[in-house]
Amino acid sequence: MILNYSQPLEVTNLTSWLDAALRSSLPEFWVLLIEFVLVGVAFLAAYAVIALILIYAERKITAFFQARFGPNRVGKWGLLQSVADMVKILLKEIVKINRSDRFLFFAAPFFMIVASMATFGAIAFGKGLHAIDFNIGVLYVTAVSSLGIIGVLLAGWSSNNKYSMIGAMRSGAQFVSYELSAGFALMTIVVLAGTMQFSTMIEGQRYCWNLFNGHISSLIAFIIYLISGHAETNRGPFDLPEAESELTAGYHTEYSGLQFGFYYLAEYLNMFIIASIATAVFLGGYMPIQVKGWVAFNGIMEYIPSYIWFFGKTAVLIFLSLWVRWSFPRLRIDQLLNLEWKYLLPINLVNIVLMVILVLSGLTLTDLLPGWF
Amino acid sequence: MQPILKQTNIFIYMSSLSLFLTVFLTGISLVVAGLGIAILLAPKSFNLQKGEPYECGIPTHGTSWMQFKAGYYLYAILYLMFDVETIFLFPWATIVRDLGYTGLYSILFFIVILGLGLAYAWKKNVLKWN
Repeated sequence: MILNYSQPLEVTNLTSWLDAALRSSLPEFWVLLIEFVLVGVAFLAAYAVIALILIYAERKITAFFQARFGPNRVGKWGLLQSVADMVKILLKEIVKINRSDRFLFFAAPFFMIVASMATFGAIAFGKGLHAIDFNIGVLYVTAVSSLGIIGVLLAGWSSNNKYSMIGAMRSGAQFVSYELSAGFALMTIVVLAGTMQFSTMIEGQRYCWNLFNGHISSLIAFIIYLISGHAETNRGPFDLPEAESELTAGYHTEYSGLQFGFYYLAEYLNMFIIASIATAVFLGGYMPIQVKGWVAFNGIMEYIPSYIWFFGKTAVLIFLSLWVRWSFPRLRIDQLLNLEWKYLLPINLVNIVLMVILVLSGLTLTDLLPGWF
Repeated sequence: MQPILKQTNIFIYMSSLSLFLTVFLTGISLVVAGLGIAILLAPKSFNLQKGEPYECGIPTHGTSWMQFKAGYYLYAILYLMFDVETIFLFPWATIVRDLGYTGLYSILFFIVILGLGLAYAWKKNVLKWN
């Protein structure tokens, strides 16, 4: 039973009010245009703000992992540090490289940003707070996010620098390999949920997250998705495309100023995107924790706005990502490719079949204990 | 799908394509606006040495646009094989419940053949980095 309490803190109230206000005074076309522009502006703001918060959080948490203070000079507790960094990066000269391929060198950051922005658009931040909600959502996300690798390869190739070239090649091999695993892990959950649309998938996890619903199989898929997510974003122990000790800065060695800043931005946003897709697919997205039959408890939980649930769950996964990053030593390229092709991919193929058997023979938690979940 | 959710949704009538276009243009305008501001604000100074490719203190020897290790190419081929498979498997994955065991048996042939492909590559030492 779902009680219909009014939820005054939801953003949906604001957006529907705005929509009604615009509609009452303007013709259809202008309403649409204004709303499109508003969506764009909101995404620009969210993109920048989330990146700034993540950069600050990463530096601070990293500092605590390493028993340091981290940024603590600019603003209270160094809160304005990443803002200052952004201003600094805007004021840096964009150096032109003599023997580079000018056009591709210029075009590469566009691919990075557009790919991560298009994926960012498919995230459900809260109830009714998603721009793109296709019925092929999962496929769309895997397809669009893989455009980013074109930016990395172009950057490495066009720089005409050996470090960039090696970094781009490593990054290409790594991304391409781990994207398979990420796709298969998501596919395992698509089998369980029976839909590729994010909103339907999230609503379906009201009482039982997909992570628990498919117990063994889901858990394996979750772990594989987290591993391949770290690898796709070139972070964690998988950061060998930009291994400082051997490749200076990898594929963006020759980039300076804001062009480098775009790569930096996209890297942090990709971390957020991976965490939020994992949240939506495995951990119930913006759904509050609900228990069947506990009416009062459910009401209280529903009163907490959905975007707080979403950002909370995502923050936990991001913390996990940072924890992994600073706990494991960097892999070699052969170890990295072995891990994917000899372990994760075969496990994944078996795992999909296992999940199909679980679903078909009614062994998922919702089928086993319909009264509870 | 969820009538309550959809009614309150501001985006109810925007078609999917125009939404994708919005996000796409947002990404492009972020880069364009950023670069525009940076070009306005950033200092410019000319120095012949500054345009040289980065090296550890010595001038770069030759070009970097050359033939590269073939190992990466083999992984790219393998990737193509499995990525096309993903496209075939996703539509099947959404209707597993409706298809029942018949669907599982049919797709099992497909998965086994791909597994054999991977096993063949493994046997041929394609997965060994050297």
